[in-house]
Amino acid sequence: MTLPTIAWITLYIPLVAAGLILLVTRTNKPLAAGLAILSALVTCVGGWILFAKGAEGIFHGFNWIDFGETFSIPFDLALDPLSRTMLVVVTTIAPIVFIYSLGYMKDEEGYWRYFAGLALFLFSMLGIVLANNLVMMFIFWELVGVSSYILIGHYFRKDSAADAAKQAFLVNRIGDFGFMLGILLFWISTGSFSFSAVNDSAGVFVQHPTLLAIACVLIFCGTVGKSSQFPLHVWLPNSMEGPTPVSSLLHAATMVAAGVYLLARIFPILSASPEACEVVAVIGAITALGAGILATQQDDIKGILAYSTISQLGYMVAGAGLAVSAALPMFHLFTHAFFKCLLFLTAGSVILGMHHEQNIWQMGGLKNKMPVTFLTYCCGMLALSGCYFFSGHYSKDLIMACSWEHHRVVFWLLVVAAGLTPFYMTRQALVVFFGKPRSEHAKNAHESPAVMTIPLVLLAIPAVCAGYPFVEHFFFHEIGTLAEPNVPHWVEIAFGAAFFIGIGAAALIYRNVGEKDPIRIPCFENRFYIDDFYFWIVRCIQGGFANICYFIDRWFIDGILVRGSATVVWTVGFALRFLQVGNLQAYAFFFGAGVVGLIYLLLNAK
Amino acid sequence: MPTLANYLIASGLLFAVGLGGVMLRRSIIVIFMSLEMMLSAANLALVAFSRYGLVSGHQNYDAQVLVFFIITVAAAEVAVGLAIIVSLYRARQTTHVEDLDLLKF
Repeated sequence: MTLPTIAWITLYIPLVAAGLILLVTRTNKPLAAGLAILSALVTCVGGWILFAKGAEGIFHGFNWIDFGETFSIPFDLALDPLSRTMLVVVTTIAPIVFIYSLGYMKDEEGYWRYFAGLALFLFSMLGIVLANNLVMMFIFWELVGVSSYILIGHYFRKDSAADAAKQAFLVNRIGDFGFMLGILLFWISTGSFSFSAVNDSAGVFVQHPTLLAIACVLIFCGTVGKSSQFPLHVWLPNSMEGPTPVSSLLHAATMVAAGVYLLARIFPILSASPEACEVVAVIGAITALGAGILATQQDDIKGILAYSTISQLGYMVAGAGLAVSAALPMFHLFTHAFFKCLLFLTAGSVILGMHHEQNIWQMGGLKNKMPVTFLTYCCGMLALSGCYFFSGHYSKDLIMACSWEHHRVVFWLLVVAAGLTPFYMTRQALVVFFGKPRSEHAKNAHESPAVMTIPLVLLAIPAVCAGYPFVEHFFFHEIGTLAEPNVPHWVEIAFGAAFFIGIGAAALIYRNVGEKDPIRIPCFENRFYIDDFYFWIVRCIQGGFANICYFIDRWFIDGILVRGSATVVWTVGFALRFLQVGNLQAYAFFFGAGVVGLIYLLLNAK
Repeated sequence: MPTLANYLIASGLLFAVGLGGVMLRRSIIVIFMSLEMMLSAANLALVAFSRYGLVSGHQNYDAQVLVFFIITVAAAEVAVGLAIIVSLYRARQTTHVEDLDLLKF
């Protein structure tokens, strides 16, 4: 098989699986799951072949829209170092999560619906990775939004899940609107949608740096929505209503990272605009710190991880905004995908062992009852915290070191966030796995079956070593340089200090913690009241507008136009009815009078 | 030799009698005959105008031609009208207008 054939098969096989599950297997559980997992494994093999062979170039499919030179959108696949690495990340994690789902979703309803959704998601995500132009990426961008909607709303009978799915979709729409405007702006300026043309268009914008900045920031709006950056971060914590493997695959490892991948895709043109980079870096840093603060006061085991994900995505976005190299955010995306996916899967294992109890203050002492989960969790947790010799340490410190050189404000925001990360993760680890059980469920907790623990172990390996220099060189040397920037010695010490201070503080506070969190900060618990603020805005502005519309509809359109005209006709008709007296001679008289009147009018008409 | 005014007065009286008959009488047959009387009044006026109205010294026969048309139409109308009255009588056993009052509010 030629490389293009492999690429096309890799893209389409999950779609075929999703279609077959939907149309053919339906409620047949093993067949539905088998098809989805098989398709994921095929994409995995395909992805690794494409990576190993170093597939390069543009594989032409068909012309989706073709109006000649000025407006044509080909449906092509782009294989380059960036998409190859991303392809490996997606296709490696997906089958692991698919297999894990076998155990996690065993007794859940809507089994086939779930696997069809996962397969559809995999197809859409591969579409984003392999897209060769902005429009194609936008289409798949919306498709992952749809699959995310389907999967968050898996338990759609629960109001909170249905609302969360709706919110995720609507909040993303806000960002996508900016994304679409950005695409159009680039098309107007360069006349092309393809990434190569857009990235080479710096010359077009030499005279118009403001236009370039606006276009880049508009594209960045898509990232803000999809990667859950401030101020559109509110949907990601709520998306935890979905099944845990979904949170793991979509809302931690791959889909939310699509925004960062987009930034890496347009990196050459983004880095040509310092103003846009400034916006990107600052938004990323604010998100990293803000979400880190919020994670310290969450009680839901998945909620902590959700805010941690937002925080880490903030690091990646800030890394893209530093305009050093496309490899910088991608490297953190790479390591983060493995350890955060692992963390969510261990959380899923804990939740299943706890009979679907998610409040960490109901847990405790699980380390002996769930040893595999505990050990793999530790790998993920240390990697996320940035412990030495774990993957997160390499990628996160690199971003912070680069930010020292390029943007001091961003640097300080990120360093504080780096201190918070080990704090909230240690808090979670101590409350969940150490101490005494705080509830009956915690006393009776049990280790998950092998179908779930084996994926955990498989993921723990890259979670530990995905950041080692030889791995980094293997996956990233073609994308861009990842040279250590020259930073003062104390800066490197500061990274270590942040890690140890975070762990130490959490250990002090939560070492022998009882039934309740000793620290209660309402502002943090309530997510800075941002959600409430948005709710208020929606109620006031959108609700007010709806009231005005209701008023116009009720009184003007319904009242005056519809009922008013009907009333006039009815009244006139009612008045005229009295002329129908039922007397022949009266009719003759009316008739004669009418004729006389007409003649009078005719004679007097001038 | 009667003048045009005599004819027109006779025609007007005839029309007034017909109109009074239509408005006041109760039997449909009589109303119908009164209608015919009004048509005759119009015919009389037309013929009189034709006889006395000279156009550049010659008589104008247009109105007399029109009279023939009116007579023809009246004959056809009588045929239809009487047929309606006969079938009405068969259906309702009456020809009095007070009894024919279904079309009302």
